[in-house]
Amino acid sequence: MSGLAYDTMALTGRHMRHIARVPEKLIGVTVGPIVLVLVFGYLFGSAMQVPGVNYREYIMAGIFTQVMFSAVGTSAAGVSGDLHNGLVDRFRSLPMSRFAVLLGRTVSDLLMTSLSCVVMAVVGALIGWRAHNGVLQAAAGFALLLLLGFTMCWLGALLGLVIRSTEAVNSVAMLLMMPFIFLSNAFVPLNGLPRWLQVIAEWNPISSVVASCRHLWANQGLVTDNAFPTQHPVLVSCVTLGVALIVLVPLTARAYQRAAAR
Amino acid sequence: MNDVAIEAEGLRKRYGDHQALAGIDLSVPAGTVMGVLGPNGAGKTTAVRILATLLAADEGRAVVAGYDVAKDPQKVRRQIGLAGQYAAVDELLTGRENLVLIGKLHRLGRKGAKARAEELLERFELVEAADRGVKTYSGGMRRRLDLAACLLAEPSVLFLDEPTTGLDLTSRMTLWKTVREQVTGGVTVLLTTQYLEEADHLADRIAVIDKGTVIAEGTPDDLKDKVGGERLEVTVAVRSELAEAARVLSKVAVGEPVVAEEDRRISATIDSGIDTIADAAVALREAGIGVADFAIRRPSLDDVFLSLTGHAGTPTEEKESEA
Repeated sequence: MSGLAYDTMALTGRHMRHIARVPEKLIGVTVGPIVLVLVFGYLFGSAMQVPGVNYREYIMAGIFTQVMFSAVGTSAAGVSGDLHNGLVDRFRSLPMSRFAVLLGRTVSDLLMTSLSCVVMAVVGALIGWRAHNGVLQAAAGFALLLLLGFTMCWLGALLGLVIRSTEAVNSVAMLLMMPFIFLSNAFVPLNGLPRWLQVIAEWNPISSVVASCRHLWANQGLVTDNAFPTQHPVLVSCVTLGVALIVLVPLTARAYQRAAAR
Repeated sequence: MNDVAIEAEGLRKRYGDHQALAGIDLSVPAGTVMGVLGPNGAGKTTAVRILATLLAADEGRAVVAGYDVAKDPQKVRRQIGLAGQYAAVDELLTGRENLVLIGKLHRLGRKGAKARAEELLERFELVEAADRGVKTYSGGMRRRLDLAACLLAEPSVLFLDEPTTGLDLTSRMTLWKTVREQVTGGVTVLLTTQYLEEADHLADRIAVIDKGTVIAEGTPDDLKDKVGGERLEVTVAVRSELAEAARVLSKVAVGEPVVAEEDRRISATIDSGIDTIADAAVALREAGIGVADFAIRRPSLDDVFLSLTGHAGTPTEEKESEA
């Protein structure tokens, strides 16, 4: 176990150095989210109305979630890159923990998404977003976001290993983002949707995470819907993300064995 | 310590309907160099990947440095160094960072990894470039760094998969020197190559692989004896004189000369020595045969294949080469 932790730290150090060497990556995880906050906050914020809440506050949870989701692409690209440059072969010939290769990747990507969270929270606060329920509730919301981010890192690692091609992986990550983000309550309330679509959107784990954050931060507005996931968003998020991780981690570990053994 | 550093018995591996290895047997005594020779797609890389614990064999057994690769892979990994066909280095890190990282993953500790990295940077003449990103390295420098990385933990068995493919002369010499130093220090080396010359230079024994099996094994001299001596290749100016030329050359050749009608070329195995060559030239002139080309060729890998299998080593694309 200590070996796993040691190797994971060594590899996380490697990925952090990458960030320092490729400023575009750092810009991607900082400036990108800032732009999102500003564009959505000001542009949509001035045009959209959600009853009972300031839209600029309402939308923050959605933006946070979208940035967490984009970790899929980051992790996928990292993993497929290592497959191509032969480093995975080198790692596999070393007496190191094999799981550390995946853990090092997902943990570093999680660190980067945490950085995005901090940056977005600061910019959000500057334009008027607040978490109204106190520090603990605010932290709980962020913890849930990071759980989502971590799950997305594993999903990305799995996709990277299965698809292998860096370009293809990018478009798949984008394709996945469409239904998950836009068929959720991230940017608009779900009341206006046709009933069947509304049910799908309500059970979308992204919706639960967004709803949880709004609930924990009191950015919610009026909740008129009494569907189960809307009423118990924190419970539903924890269960869906937990189950997703339990499925994804071993699946990714297996994909790693297979992808490398070619 | 075992006298045999690498022992493989009946290794088989299949990719879909392609039989990459069809039963490989190898035995490499400790402290020697085994050259594995074969055309693209012969199964060289697959064999190395199995021996280096990257890949599980479908059938067969392999023991490396005293440990079974399937049962005790982690112990095998502590004893081996592997350099694949492409330099496996991190482009975004510096040369030094690459080595320190691998050292840490070898559990040398932070200090140990740093000290060892320093030593190897010096040995492979990378000190000046040590703090530059590997992105800026030349192909030869990358290869050297790669080699340094696989020597980090002082392995007792070294696997080098086509280590000199695409290398410039200087880097090739450095590599050859390193291999010899390692062997002097008691390390066992298994290297694959497409070049008979390279195997000849480095290897104590050579195994020739074709279509997933070992078709010949022995010292470089053994193999050359099988191929025969030098070859005289004569191309005649006019096709009608081909038969006459073959008859003339058969008198000086060892065995019957081979005639290639299409190319107007005759290929004859000869005993080495200037006299035989002179005799052949004189005989051709006296017979009044117009000679377009007259050349002496040393046996090449193709000749080895031709004489061992009766077919030229046909390069086929194999899945393994893309990995």
